[in-house]
Amino acid sequence: MKGNSYFSRKLHSLLGIIPLGGFILVHALTNYQAFERGPEGFANGVHTINSLPVLPVLEIFGIYLPLLFHGIYGLYVAYQSNSNTGRFKYGRNWAFTAQRITGVITFVFVFWHVYQTRIQVYLGNITHEELGSTMHTIASSPVMFVLYVIGVLSAVFHFSNGLWAFLVSWGITVGPRAQRISSYICMGVFVLVSALFILSLVAFSGDEFKEAANAALTWTNIG
Amino acid sequence: MAETTVASKTVKFIVSRQDTPESKPYTEEFEIPYRPNMNVISGLMEIQRNPVKADGSKTSPVCWESNCLEEVCGACSMVINGKPRQACSALVDQLEQPIRLEPMRTFPVVRDLVINRERMFNALKKVKAWIPIDGTYDLGPGPRMAETKRQWAYELSKCMTCGVCLESCPNVNDRNSFIGPAAISQVRLFNAHPTGEMNKEERLEALMTDGGIEGCGNSQNCVRSCPKGIPLTTSIAAMNRDTTKHLFKKWLTN
Repeated sequence: MKGNSYFSRKLHSLLGIIPLGGFILVHALTNYQAFERGPEGFANGVHTINSLPVLPVLEIFGIYLPLLFHGIYGLYVAYQSNSNTGRFKYGRNWAFTAQRITGVITFVFVFWHVYQTRIQVYLGNITHEELGSTMHTIASSPVMFVLYVIGVLSAVFHFSNGLWAFLVSWGITVGPRAQRISSYICMGVFVLVSALFILSLVAFSGDEFKEAANAALTWTNIG
Repeated sequence: MAETTVASKTVKFIVSRQDTPESKPYTEEFEIPYRPNMNVISGLMEIQRNPVKADGSKTSPVCWESNCLEEVCGACSMVINGKPRQACSALVDQLEQPIRLEPMRTFPVVRDLVINRERMFNALKKVKAWIPIDGTYDLGPGPRMAETKRQWAYELSKCMTCGVCLESCPNVNDRNSFIGPAAISQVRLFNAHPTGEMNKEERLEALMTDGGIEGCGNSQNCVRSCPKGIPLTTSIAAMNRDTTKHLFKKWLTN
């Protein structure tokens, strides 16, 4: 009974929503400040996060460890499944396969993205204040922009569809009607959160973030 | 001599064959005379009667399994034109030709279209899909079942362990120990029964082991494929709810 796959899979399902789903939402809203309020708004958002108490604890137990468990166990879950969308062309079956494909894309994308941003801050190559200009460099390259859009759409689809599956797997939505309505809500979440991320990317690619980068540079030079 | 020629209608079958459990599958084509109201079983019977391929060469008769011929036993389940279903209720008039017959390869193939569904019966044993009524003395009659409950529980009792839901499930494969939708729905059935309910924790705990209910990935192919229209995904979600409750109850009361 102890230590069986029921608990690992349940934990995997829970961590995908709490905390990782919550993190995606916070991340989307912070980034969106770049679109809504420009470089200053984004800088404020980054500052707000950095002024949270016990930040390293939150990062390690709220993001890194859940992400590693969910990601690595998720690869195992994907490995354990077949795709039979050729024989059973139903919407939910497509979503089943897409959930596994987007999971693997998200796994790669998140590692790469964390390497380009957070790890560079850890390594001391950039500061938190320079994240806006780092994102400008990334988003103004057309290839990177497209790759980021693919990564972001995969991550948000994986979260939205995972939310739908979470509601079923924990026995919250039981009947077909409840599951249909929750699928509409989750589709809405997908569209909304994707829009937040893509608009942020568009904002990052704008010239104001380049100027902000220059301004920050001037500031450090003066300082 | 005047010959009365009638345009003879034929039915084409492409049958996937396999001589032994380990040997490689191959296909053979058959063209048999059409008769009104044929089903796939009567087509197979015709091939059995006259095992000659479409090219005129002789072959061994095709092996298949069937019993009831009225879609209640599940024995003749096979993949017909890509979809797992019962051969007895697959009417030739409603099928696109050539009719392609394959065994349900999710299960070990014994020969041709015959498969071994033993894993399904083992699954029923694992989840204790029965109602223990034996005692050392007469236990008397059990509690009554509400009619409203009986009506939906009856739908679940239509399961004939045919294996179509396992064949359609992307998570039932040799890399995954998932028990499959049928047995999970049977837990709901026996846990709904007023006497069966007395042992409901045992069945829930069986679902909370390796390869139990966690193996469901919500592709929902099972409910779309079930020939008896059993609400399998509702059963799975209901058992998700009960196992979740049981998990927390155990954590908080032990």
